Amino acid sequence: MPVESVFPQLEALLPHVQKPIQYVGGELNSTVKDWDECDVRWALMYPDAYEVGLPNQGVQILYEVLNEQDGVLAERTYSVWPDLEALMREHGVPQFTVDSHRPVKAFDVLGISFSTELGYTNMLTALDLAGIPLESKDRTLDDPIVMAGGHAAFNPEPIADFIDCAVIGDGEQAVLEVSGIIRAWKQEGRPGGREELLFRLAKTGGVYVPAFYDVEYLPDGRIGRVVPNRSGVPWRVSKHTVMDLDEWPYPKQPLVPLAETVHERMSVEIFRGCTRGCRFCQAGMITRPVRERSITGIGEMVDRGLKATGFEEVGLLSLSSADHSEIGDIAKGLADRYEDDKIGLSLPSTRVDAFNIDLANELTRNGRRSGLTFAPEGGSERIRKVINKMVSEEDLIRTVATAYGNGWRQVKLYFMCGLPTETDEDVLQIADMATRVIAKGREVSGSNDIRCTVSIGGFVPKPHTPFQWAPQLSAEETDARLEKLRDKIRGDKKYGRSIGFRYHDGKPGIVEGLLSRGDRRIGAVIRAVYEDGGRFDGWREHFSYDRWMACAEKALAPYGVDVDWYTTRERSYEEVLPWDHLDSGLDKDWLWEDWQDALDETEVEDCRWTPCFDCGVCPAMDTSIQIGPTGKKLLPLTVVK
Amino acid sequence: MQRIRLRYTKRGRLRFTSHRDFQRAFERALRRAEVPMAYSAGFTPHPKVSYANAAPTGTGSEAEYLEIALTAPRDPERLRSLLDASLPAGLDVIDAVEARTPGLADRLTASVWELRLDGVDPAEAERAVAAFNAAETVEVQRLTKNGMRTFDARPAVVSLQSVTPHESAADGPIDQPCAILRLVVRHVTPAVRPDDVLSGLSAVADLAPPVPAAVTRLAQGLLDDETGAVTDPLAPDREADPAAPAASTGAADAATAKAPA
Repeated sequence: MPVESVFPQLEALLPHVQKPIQYVGGELNSTVKDWDECDVRWALMYPDAYEVGLPNQGVQILYEVLNEQDGVLAERTYSVWPDLEALMREHGVPQFTVDSHRPVKAFDVLGISFSTELGYTNMLTALDLAGIPLESKDRTLDDPIVMAGGHAAFNPEPIADFIDCAVIGDGEQAVLEVSGIIRAWKQEGRPGGREELLFRLAKTGGVYVPAFYDVEYLPDGRIGRVVPNRSGVPWRVSKHTVMDLDEWPYPKQPLVPLAETVHERMSVEIFRGCTRGCRFCQAGMITRPVRERSITGIGEMVDRGLKATGFEEVGLLSLSSADHSEIGDIAKGLADRYEDDKIGLSLPSTRVDAFNIDLANELTRNGRRSGLTFAPEGGSERIRKVINKMVSEEDLIRTVATAYGNGWRQVKLYFMCGLPTETDEDVLQIADMATRVIAKGREVSGSNDIRCTVSIGGFVPKPHTPFQWAPQLSAEETDARLEKLRDKIRGDKKYGRSIGFRYHDGKPGIVEGLLSRGDRRIGAVIRAVYEDGGRFDGWREHFSYDRWMACAEKALAPYGVDVDWYTTRERSYEEVLPWDHLDSGLDKDWLWEDWQDALDETEVEDCRWTPCFDCGVCPAMDTSIQIGPTGKKLLPLTVVK
Repeated sequence: MQRIRLRYTKRGRLRFTSHRDFQRAFERALRRAEVPMAYSAGFTPHPKVSYANAAPTGTGSEAEYLEIALTAPRDPERLRSLLDASLPAGLDVIDAVEARTPGLADRLTASVWELRLDGVDPAEAERAVAAFNAAETVEVQRLTKNGMRTFDARPAVVSLQSVTPHESAADGPIDQPCAILRLVVRHVTPAVRPDDVLSGLSAVADLAPPVPAAVTRLAQGLLDDETGAVTDPLAPDREADPAAPAASTGAADAATAKAPA
């Protein structure tokens, strides 16, 4: 049955909206497959504006992996801005994909990638615009399966009412397995309806279907237990882990948009996972173990990607890029290769380490040395032990001295406020550190024309981390602490003018905290906020703290819990956490011990170089660390003109 | 250093490409096609591309122009087809000449526009056009970044007429009343755009199209004041080349579209 494009109706609306190009598709390397020749059809959504969603690597990877399969098609959809949303509602234009402008409701699966919890209200907007019932229980065979993925899906409980299922971990193989199950079910004539399909998915042990689990609560509001309500579904759902990244060199043909987006570069993931063990870092905990892409695999991806895109910058992505076992050779090899082509190289997420200055020097061989960024995260030696960020103040000063001595003019330092056990004094030491950085910088550069920018935001405790039990600092206390730090920096007559101070207030962090560690009762809050007009919560100009608090107060009252209960309350060892039945591989007892170590200010080494510390992931998931060195080098490419 | 002048289009849905969007897309196409671009000096070298007089976002165009500087000579027609293949369909490179004369921008003094008004009865459009042409002045308003400003749209309009739909060059089916206007407008400061002429038609004759007009630039070039024709701005470069054939290979007929006297 052919599905018509809604572009003619949409086109009439486009002259009236901002940046219409974001809705027309036609990106270089995008794929449009014949609808009727495919029997498994995915709509992939990134629930934020196109300019943020298009560069998302997760969506681009799955888009390409799926479209490479015969009989499977994938198209993309993004959140529309409120100006277009209003016109679409007025003129009855449904949520559409940008590839072929097909209505999202016509697809078999709507897969939504949640990098952050702040996309939840945008999901509801998209479902409603698509004509898909907001709640799973109201959907019929005419509706797609709504599937959540991405890091936020590691606790899908707040959106349990709205999604049909969730997949946690790496998506590459998972989407193929799901496609196979959907195909078989459709070919058999869709026996047993949606429920049967969801059951087949759940039986694999790798797809979480919230409707197949009941949550029981204790009289005090805590969870008693989460229990399967039918036989054949597992007690715990496992995350997916792709082994051997060299076999998955995606995206091979990165999308090149016409519209301007937040990252305009060719991104190559040089490894996945991180074992640094920073206790606040959810990404580092849930993506274990470390799996490196080989130096030659990286070289091939960069070469092919640049040819396919014409991008002028390459980003080497990972959670701690300088940790790749052959990063020195990679940086030098790429810098040599592209020296004459005016290709910029960037290495985000690096540690405070003098070695990184050498790397940065190599990568900017031909360009300007403007700014370097480091993330000490905590202001005092003590708090850095709590969070297991093993950087001493001496390391940092030595590193920035090297940077300023090598001609870098600006150093940016990232911190968090509200870390467990933190006091005013821990945060105020950030000012002392910045002062020492400037003093050292002036000394080694012989110039007063250097700067240090302190950037700081509120810490949000996340599921599947040692801080999942920790109390979050209230918005008021966060703001008060940040104001004290600001006053101290501004009050410094000698150095204050060389120190920039950028901070985020504590309110958005409380909403993020509510959604991160929430349970199924939070669904009513999300729905109320959406119905009250909440959209684009990651955007300062759209986010409304007051709306979230008012809706939460109303929606949570029947349960006897409130926002503080979810955010600033410390959890105990015995408490059943809402995400305990989602298995990230991390042993809960190990997480608890690491939490106790944090309180004792005891550090843990990185298992990449030191013996295993038994976090549990490798045995639980039957995986292992995959690292080099391979000993290979990147050869110069032969230029054929 | 060789300089090459290109004519390109913004067709179909890619008419929503803004000029900044086009610039990024074009510079990436240059990289993919491995064009030996000359770069500006300085910390952040940019490929040397001069863009002339871009059509507004949302309007289609058959006649946009730019000039690029190369460090090694290339055959213009081969370069054209390489770049055309490297750009998304809709952003099509349709003509290329080596620059042999100065001042391409100086030869872009007027544009020929087509305005397709879906849902408007041609007779009604005809009456509005007559009223516009008969007027001495047509005051219109436009919102600019300095607030609402009022100006006279009439003097810049060389000609405005209603044509029968089958003469239309715009894409799209004709299954309902539809009026097509052809407009020749002089490039003046402040610019008078097709939108301003539509505002003028609304002001003098209450013409109110039910859906947004589909606007396409058909040609751009030097205005012949006597005939009112807009001539191909690349012709002087082509004629200055003794080796070149008399006619261009890629140019669409619309380049020399004659405006009525």
